[in-house]
Amino acid sequence: MNKIVLPPDTANSAPWPEGLTRVPYWVFQDQSVYAEEQRKIFQGPNWHYLALEVELAEPGDFLTTNIGDTPVIVTRDTDNEIYAFENRCAHRGALICLENRGRHRKDFSCVYHAWNYDPQGNLTGVAFKDGIKGKGGMPDSFKMEQHGPRKLRIAIVHGLIFGSFSEEVPPIEEYLGEEILNRIERVLGGRTPVVLGRFTQVLPNNWKLYMENVKDSYHASILHLFFTTFELNRLSMKGGIIVDESGGHHVSYSAIDPEAVKDVDYAKQQLRSESEYKLADPTLLESFDEYHDGCTLQILSVFPTFVLQQIQNAIAVRQIVPRAVTKTDLNWTYLGFADDTPEQRLTRLKQANLVGPAGYISMEDGCVGGFVQRGIAGASEDQAVLEMGGAEANSSESRVTEASVRGFWKAYRAHMGI
Amino acid sequence: MYGNSLQYITKAQADYARCIDDDRLEEWPSLFHGPCLYKITTASNYRDGLEAGIVFANSRGMLTDRVSALREANIYERQTYRHILGLPSILSEDGAKVKSETPFMVARILQDGDTSIYATGRYFDTYEIVDGKAQLNERTVVCDSSRIDTLLALPL
Repeated sequence: MNKIVLPPDTANSAPWPEGLTRVPYWVFQDQSVYAEEQRKIFQGPNWHYLALEVELAEPGDFLTTNIGDTPVIVTRDTDNEIYAFENRCAHRGALICLENRGRHRKDFSCVYHAWNYDPQGNLTGVAFKDGIKGKGGMPDSFKMEQHGPRKLRIAIVHGLIFGSFSEEVPPIEEYLGEEILNRIERVLGGRTPVVLGRFTQVLPNNWKLYMENVKDSYHASILHLFFTTFELNRLSMKGGIIVDESGGHHVSYSAIDPEAVKDVDYAKQQLRSESEYKLADPTLLESFDEYHDGCTLQILSVFPTFVLQQIQNAIAVRQIVPRAVTKTDLNWTYLGFADDTPEQRLTRLKQANLVGPAGYISMEDGCVGGFVQRGIAGASEDQAVLEMGGAEANSSESRVTEASVRGFWKAYRAHMGI
Repeated sequence: MYGNSLQYITKAQADYARCIDDDRLEEWPSLFHGPCLYKITTASNYRDGLEAGIVFANSRGMLTDRVSALREANIYERQTYRHILGLPSILSEDGAKVKSETPFMVARILQDGDTSIYATGRYFDTYEIVDGKAQLNERTVVCDSSRIDTLLALPL
């Protein structure tokens, strides 16, 4: 990873310097890099978030999603197990399922030639397999069990369904590590989530720019006035970041310290964040104590493209799906829990204003990646600078650091072999 | 009553669209009366009965806060909308309370001139007819698509 490497098929582009503090802009621009990512990351030895277990509550429930470019069907079969397979007919490659989600499905039939699949992705029927009146049909050498869409390995972590195309991917517990697992358990462990809404935000930028943004604890209180002014999150609050050993997963967390005196370091920076902005209806920020640990914010990411969010009582999962080099779908699923009181549910609905496409906090994350994508348009030879907090990708008690962004690139380069 | 309601609601719709498109957002909260509810959601969430909105406000104060945040806090490129509204359908009338559904199409014009159809959908509204005026109590904006381009800044 430390050797200087040229990007694939773009020999004229600038090499990737040693270490983790520089990121060449071509990595956000190059079509061949995008294609390589599909093979090495999205089809490679990683776990990808597919759905929530509660979204497939009953046998016969199904939904469709994507792992990178690849369409996937996720099902619960009559044995009550979760299955996933590529949404591609083994015959001529058409989509097998055209619906986003549904129930009571016993089988899937390709519309093109009615090749039929069971909910585990096994080919169970080929229309006119034996021909008509002894003529036509498939040759005897054709065996249905030798054909079928690729099946995924499945792992379920506290109600989150992950899938992988790879046989080499480590078990999910090993992949995530204890610290990340504990932080997922903190939010979802032993609870029954309820989907409150689903929205897709179409980002005008490369998927990695969004993942950088998620992992960037440095920007949060600077770009997002809302966070800072209402003391949802200040860099001077208690908190820190966790970066796992691979670098690819991270947690950023903070806890309000109401006793802390107003930090003079902030005023000295004369940041836009220091305004006198006040809410006309402050009930937006009235929270209930859900986790009993004082932690008001926890943003957790799993490499390559999953985010679990707790911002006060606004709980959501985010699935990032690259659509093209400069186009990315950000799929939001807002969550409550089955044991919410009506008051708690209303609190979640109000705090949902903080996140999503119109979120007081997250709307800027939707456009800032596009600002970078447009800003670097003529600068593929140049590089981003990631030196805040040093050159390493380690956990820290300070959030004035880009350590988890460097961690992302550490894991990315390891997977891509660059 | 029916004919008049339609006329009153049509005027209220036109006033609402002009308020946003003319960038008089500070006046937008005052278009809501009584038990204010404003929510933006998608057809798929609406059909499935999922409660959360892209925007959710159950007080005029929350609408005021939306406007203040857009003016003072949030970062986004300057943009304007052009609302094209279809004819309202009266869904029900109960005394002075009238429920209606109105289709809309909103074009978004960015500062570089780039213009696109940003959203299409329906307004599900509850009005109270008072002294020959339709006063908006509740508006649920149901976007046809679940995909929102980049961000949703201005209200629909």
